[in-house]
Amino acid sequence: MEQGPGAATGGSFISLSENEQRCYSGLYTLCQADSSGKLASSKVGELFRASQLPAETLHQITEVCGAKRLGYFGTGQFYVALKLLAAAQSGLPVRLDSITGDLPLPIFSGAKSEAEMRYPNHSQSSDGQAQPLGSTAGPALRTASDRPAFRQPDNSMDKQEPWSPPRSPCTSPPQSPSTYCRYSVQRNGTEMLVGYEGKPPTRPAVLQENSSPSHYAVKPAPEQPAITRAQSTEKLPDRATDDYSDDPWRITEEQHDYYTNQFKNLQADLGGLIRGTVAKNFFTKSKLPIHELSHIWELSDVDRDGALTFPEFCTAFHLIVARKNGYPLPEKLPPSLRPGPIARGEVTVDSAEITQPLIVFEDTTLRATQQEKSMVEIQQGTPLPGLTTSKQDVKEEARKPELSPKRAPATQEKPVQHVSAFNLKPDPPNELDPNMKSRTRPRSYSSTSIDDAMKKAEEPPTPPPRPQKSHSRASSLDLNKLFQQGSQGIKSGWLPPPPALPPRPPATQIPHFIPAADKSSQKAVQQPNFADFSRFREEEEAGVHPENQNQSPLRRAAGPSTEDLGPPKAEPSVGTQGHAPQKPVRRKYRPESQNLDATPPASAPYPSTPASTPYPSTPTATATTKPAQKLAPRQKREIQTAIRKNKEANAVLTRLNSELQQKLKVVHQERVTLESQLEVLRPLTSS
Amino acid sequence: MTCLCFLCVSRDYDELSSIMAVCIAVIAKENYPLYIRSVPTQNELKFHYTVHTSLDVVEEKISSVGKALADQRELYLGLLYPTEDYKVYGYVTNSKVKFVIVVDSSNTSLRDNEIRSMFRKLHNSFTDVMCNPFYIPGDPIQSKAFDSMVSAMMVQAC
Repeated sequence: MEQGPGAATGGSFISLSENEQRCYSGLYTLCQADSSGKLASSKVGELFRASQLPAETLHQITEVCGAKRLGYFGTGQFYVALKLLAAAQSGLPVRLDSITGDLPLPIFSGAKSEAEMRYPNHSQSSDGQAQPLGSTAGPALRTASDRPAFRQPDNSMDKQEPWSPPRSPCTSPPQSPSTYCRYSVQRNGTEMLVGYEGKPPTRPAVLQENSSPSHYAVKPAPEQPAITRAQSTEKLPDRATDDYSDDPWRITEEQHDYYTNQFKNLQADLGGLIRGTVAKNFFTKSKLPIHELSHIWELSDVDRDGALTFPEFCTAFHLIVARKNGYPLPEKLPPSLRPGPIARGEVTVDSAEITQPLIVFEDTTLRATQQEKSMVEIQQGTPLPGLTTSKQDVKEEARKPELSPKRAPATQEKPVQHVSAFNLKPDPPNELDPNMKSRTRPRSYSSTSIDDAMKKAEEPPTPPPRPQKSHSRASSLDLNKLFQQGSQGIKSGWLPPPPALPPRPPATQIPHFIPAADKSSQKAVQQPNFADFSRFREEEEAGVHPENQNQSPLRRAAGPSTEDLGPPKAEPSVGTQGHAPQKPVRRKYRPESQNLDATPPASAPYPSTPASTPYPSTPTATATTKPAQKLAPRQKREIQTAIRKNKEANAVLTRLNSELQQKLKVVHQERVTLESQLEVLRPLTSS
Repeated sequence: MTCLCFLCVSRDYDELSSIMAVCIAVIAKENYPLYIRSVPTQNELKFHYTVHTSLDVVEEKISSVGKALADQRELYLGLLYPTEDYKVYGYVTNSKVKFVIVVDSSNTSLRDNEIRSMFRKLHNSFTDVMCNPFYIPGDPIQSKAFDSMVSAMMVQAC
């Protein structure tokens, strides 16, 4: 396709800068020119719309560039139109005169902004004007022979990036490998994150772009991050795809950083495990079919424990990203994704981040610095690949933390981001915020199932089996066990409702009641049998004081629950103010108190020790130290969270209760039938 | 002649190598198949029918011990019933998922231990499938790993 960038509208020679040439030829390919050089009007229309200029302006541009007259967009018209778009976006009138000067590149919906940021720099610096038309035509001819510095390809790639979304279904993925191969060959090891879904046209376009650069006006790296940012999360998974230079299954540094970040959002401890359900929810957002996700899981969970370690998580993520970019899933785990190789140089990076607490914000800033370093590296010629995406990622991450810095259920942010990422829509970052917020909230209460709750627990002492299993014998003892299991899961936030609330010395505890207030309410809620909420309050008060320290919630729970087991026990405990002796079996519920951190460890021993022995020591120790004043503001907040958690737990328990009731009915029926059978048989036996 | 020799050799191979099943099925608790695969694919229906009828025997075996605690019931049920062409072995997990293996009667070198080991492998692979959070219990098993494991156990013949 012969392209004269100069175009011939009105016969005037419009000179294009180098960047412009590159950009335009890339856009040209995007618009699917047919053999005669006419561009698909639909694509052109798309492009124009993406420039976000008013329709009237677009019509004007069409007219001025000559396409209206000709009836189609030829090369020249197209190029002129692009220049006019740039002019219009810069505020110049749509006329041929305005495009003779130096103009920035036209901006197209959202993603182009970085391109523009980049290119203006480039265009100013590069000597675009001097470009003979022929050179641009050359590249346009897709001679992938000239390989300018990889920067240019990157630039062009980035230019292409914004287009990918509108064009995603354009081309078939299978083409990608071939183009990628070409890329890699030409890129001399640059990893081109041309990982948009189904963007073969962009790839050839990129190649084109690369070839076009007879000039090496390269200013790539620093701008990359900015550009990628605009491209936003969707690009992230795409870009972070494949290291085409070597092996599509190798994880690049930037990708690894991104995965690390994601992992942290799901699970603070990089050495810990992401549970199956959590991972499932997370990866489901990638919108891959369940069958493929299942296969990816099989490939990546090498130790078959139903949870993902960090390397496994990286593997799974990488496979998902690869799949989304059109790579077929392998039958076996590729060697580069085996658990061993993952610990490449990124380990150093990770270690730096590992030291960070769960505060994602800090991580992202750290990551940002690393990104900058990597940017520098890129300039030095290291593979670029995921950098842009990672940068985006970082920025996304930064945004997220800003929104909800210390959300313990940070997974919510991640899924939100991933939703946007996987939706392949260049959502502006702001749009993520409401999503995130809305998602995070439901998430905190989302532990509607005991399993979820249990998974959220910081440290379930034993792997909680499914509640139904415990229903096999609906005896009261099992109920306790069941509660125990349930409570382990629910530990994370609420005090299990004790079966009964022994009368507590109210007066003394009233000052401490405030923090306990929510607990008592929770307890009341959770204890369907227990109707006397006043007792709870007292319990709370009594328990709150010592519990405020840390174990109070447990204790409190112990209080009400102990009531079931033995009111007499309550008496002595009253003295200790810590219902300690009443620690009934139910205590197991009490996973958390307002002081969440304190409770899990405290709760751990509790389930195993029905005796109240542990209690007496703790309450006495803490009781004395508890100043009542501390209860007020901070506790209130804690109380509220505890209330929420308790409500959750309450819902869970109610459900359990109903299930158990049903089982009981079934068992009763069985019993009845058996008895009737027995009756029938008895006369026979007796005779 | 050489062909015959070859056949003989392969025959020996079969007997020397691990046990080969003709049909392997995984039945859910509700007695519908989660996974069923047979080697001579032209006669699939016959094997499906065999497995289905064997479920009755399985039920009988597990109900006989049903009075006692489930813990006492062994998972491996042993030979469910022999026919003139093949033998059917059964295995039930604690969650009432049943594995049924149909082996060729002519394969006389089958030992009980080998069958047990086959069931153990099946059970392990099944557990792996269950561990996959994307697998919904009750769905047909589509895991490739499970498939490959089962293929390794099936008769390699024709």
